[in-house]
Amino acid sequence: MTEATAGRKIGKERISYRMLKNRLFKWGIIVVSGITILPIVLIFGELLLKGYRQINLNFFTEVTPNTLEAMTAMANNEVIPGGIVNGITGTLLIVGMASVIAIPFGILVGLFLFENQGKRYAAGFIRNLSDILQGVPSIVLGLIAYLWVVKNVTSGYSALAGSVALAIMMLPLIVRSTEETMKMIPETLKEAGLALGAPYYKVILRVMIPTGFSGLLTGILLGISRILGETAPLMLTTLGNPMINWDPSGPTSAVPLLVWDFYNDPNMVDLVWSSSLFLMGFVLTLNLISRRIAAKQNNN
Amino acid sequence: MTMNPNIDSIDHPVLAIENLSIAYGKGETKAVKDVSAGIKKEAITAIMGPSGCGKSTLLRAINRMHELYADIVTEGQIFLNDINIMEMSTIQLRRKIGMVFQRPNPFPTMSIYDNVIAGYKLNGIGLKKNERDQIVEQSLRNVSLWDEVKDALYKKGTFLSGGQQQRLCIARSLAFQPEVILLDEPTSALDPIATSRVEDLLVELKEKYTIVLVTHNMTQAARISDYSMFMYLGDLVEYGSTKMMFTNPRDTKTEEYLTGKFG
Amino acid sequence: MKSDKLTKWLLLASSLIIVLISGGMVFSLIGDAIPVFEKFGWRFIISTEWNPTEGREAYGALPFIAGTLSTSMLALMVCLPLAFATALFIGEYFRNSAFSSVLGTLVDLLAGIPSIVYGLWGFYTLRPFVVQLGWDAQGYGIFTAGMVLAIMIIPYATSLSAEIIKMVSNELKEAAYSLGATRLEVVFYVILPAARSGIVASFILAFGRALGETMAVTMLIGNTNIIPKGLFSVGNSMASVIANQFGEADGLKLSALIAIGLLLFIITGIVNAIGKLVIKKLS
Repeated sequence: MTEATAGRKIGKERISYRMLKNRLFKWGIIVVSGITILPIVLIFGELLLKGYRQINLNFFTEVTPNTLEAMTAMANNEVIPGGIVNGITGTLLIVGMASVIAIPFGILVGLFLFENQGKRYAAGFIRNLSDILQGVPSIVLGLIAYLWVVKNVTSGYSALAGSVALAIMMLPLIVRSTEETMKMIPETLKEAGLALGAPYYKVILRVMIPTGFSGLLTGILLGISRILGETAPLMLTTLGNPMINWDPSGPTSAVPLLVWDFYNDPNMVDLVWSSSLFLMGFVLTLNLISRRIAAKQNNN
Repeated sequence: MTMNPNIDSIDHPVLAIENLSIAYGKGETKAVKDVSAGIKKEAITAIMGPSGCGKSTLLRAINRMHELYADIVTEGQIFLNDINIMEMSTIQLRRKIGMVFQRPNPFPTMSIYDNVIAGYKLNGIGLKKNERDQIVEQSLRNVSLWDEVKDALYKKGTFLSGGQQQRLCIARSLAFQPEVILLDEPTSALDPIATSRVEDLLVELKEKYTIVLVTHNMTQAARISDYSMFMYLGDLVEYGSTKMMFTNPRDTKTEEYLTGKFG
Repeated sequence: MKSDKLTKWLLLASSLIIVLISGGMVFSLIGDAIPVFEKFGWRFIISTEWNPTEGREAYGALPFIAGTLSTSMLALMVCLPLAFATALFIGEYFRNSAFSSVLGTLVDLLAGIPSIVYGLWGFYTLRPFVVQLGWDAQGYGIFTAGMVLAIMIIPYATSLSAEIIKMVSNELKEAAYSLGATRLEVVFYVILPAARSGIVASFILAFGRALGETMAVTMLIGNTNIIPKGLFSVGNSMASVIANQFGEADGLKLSALIAIGLLLFIITGIVNAIGKLVIKKLS
């Protein structure tokens, strides 16, 4: 039958060679994929093992110790006193302000993009800008916030500057998730609202946003989890503070900044583990929650 | 072979299907129920029936394509020239049994030339250039496509019309000179002129190849097939020479289908 | 009605503010980088000097550019096989099974780990490992930083690649199987050629991510202002030098750091733009 292939080695041997390669490749894929996720297991495990000891009630209620206290405690083989509450409140303040800036703004722009999908020029341009913004390294955003806020607005390091940097980071994520969520809402719902004579902004507030709520929420949670762990921009904008500070115009601490401080101080190194464990746990939990919400929404 | 009076048995069939049952999962209803039939060599056999009757499932079982989807439960056997197809590797089997699909699917990243000998390339069979050229030309001539594409062999096939693409896919499956060619509703995505060209082609090809054709168009079966199978909800209701079936169906269900009462 | 016009105007205004922010960013960066370019001209980009001493100041960005590029390229090379295999796992081999979603979730979690945590892990676990293996005395350098960077960018390369691989049509794969191909052959001769541009785009975007990474690289690269001489050489990166030296910087030094920030902005912008262009060509 196959004259052209006569004389070639396509007998049984060649086939079993190919099938062997096939099987090996499949197992190779499985092994390498396993290697890929190994780090997350290792990292989390290490943080857990080394950090759990330092986590107690004080961890959440006391401010960071100074280096002398830490040194004394270590010398006496005691648990280092103090906690990271100044970091926790700082993070709350900074992330909170960033969200207040980015969320309404992001939703508005997302709505704009959704509304103007047809008119390619305008929407495309804004969307491209949003994508570019998303790709800007966080440290550059820190520079910008320094130039705009630290130098000109608050004349000094401040929580506000930090939130501006983080807000710019969060913005493109909210824009995109808003646009995507709105696209998934059936057109008929919006039309029904408008047909009832409702002004457009009411249709947005009363129909579209509630319907798309879980999608919007997913985007927000993802955005927050993204900025929670950011250190670099904060180094350039809020500097840090050994005390709890709720004043947006003054230097403030944040959990990732504390991790950095502990890392750099040989006396406080033990605190590195507990604070990172806390940080990572928080970020991952938010991540998983938003994933849960997204999955539930997809199933509907 | 079955004792069903509605089913003719064929002497020395090239393909022998014995008590074949296929279900998409343990305990699921069977898509193909206890089908037995022999396929005549170098003839066109059409499998027809309403949607969901199992004709495509049956067809795909012949070259074991149904195994691509896990959970498939198969009972019964199929023999190619008296060899059980489960005893060959799927690679060998599929070189002897080619397949053409409903929507033309030439590989978009390959040229026309490479598409025709794609089978050899995928199997890692090295050929000398003149051997390759010969196979490509011969296969394309066999599907009456050679004159139309011989000056564009190295271009990608996407500029070809639907009908030409489908003939290219047939040429691709002919490159191995298989014994049997399976076609799964090959003209349902084509316009009437392209359809008629493919049908003429199949009638030419049956002189050298055994053709099994699934079709949802009973007039197509009437036009070109020598033997026809009528399936309904997984059962092989009737099987015999096309002429006999269309003029004098033995089973009432067949008659109802052929007269358009359903399907 | 009137409120509708107002609403639409509000939406437009918000979007225009994005334009303002983007433009403002470029403007500010350029504005404050000008002093250092005025003093050193284009030589700033190729000079390797870095001397903040009053009266003898000289700044050059080359070591940092070299450090950023070398760590990111190493990261890309290491990430490639890992992300590729994982994308095939998720997009083809275990496509519809629970394994796929679990693996996908775990890979995405990798993206959620803060940069500083990666830095810590690199510092306390990877670095001693490198020292133990005898590859380097201290364990700092391009290699260690690049390794951690590779892990950090895997999720970006994987998720997009997996999506693209999933999109390869079933019909094409079936055609290849019906010709007697093994799964491996279907992957290499059908899936990959079809998915090629998408996969390339995802790696370009992952590379863009690596370029801008700060904390993990800072903690591992060695913070020495030299052009890296070899795989295990120490060095410095654009993002790291900004983070490290920003504290007391002012005047010309501040301008130099901002200029480096500008360069980083431009480089990542171009890389990301190329990646998005490749994706656009797909659709």
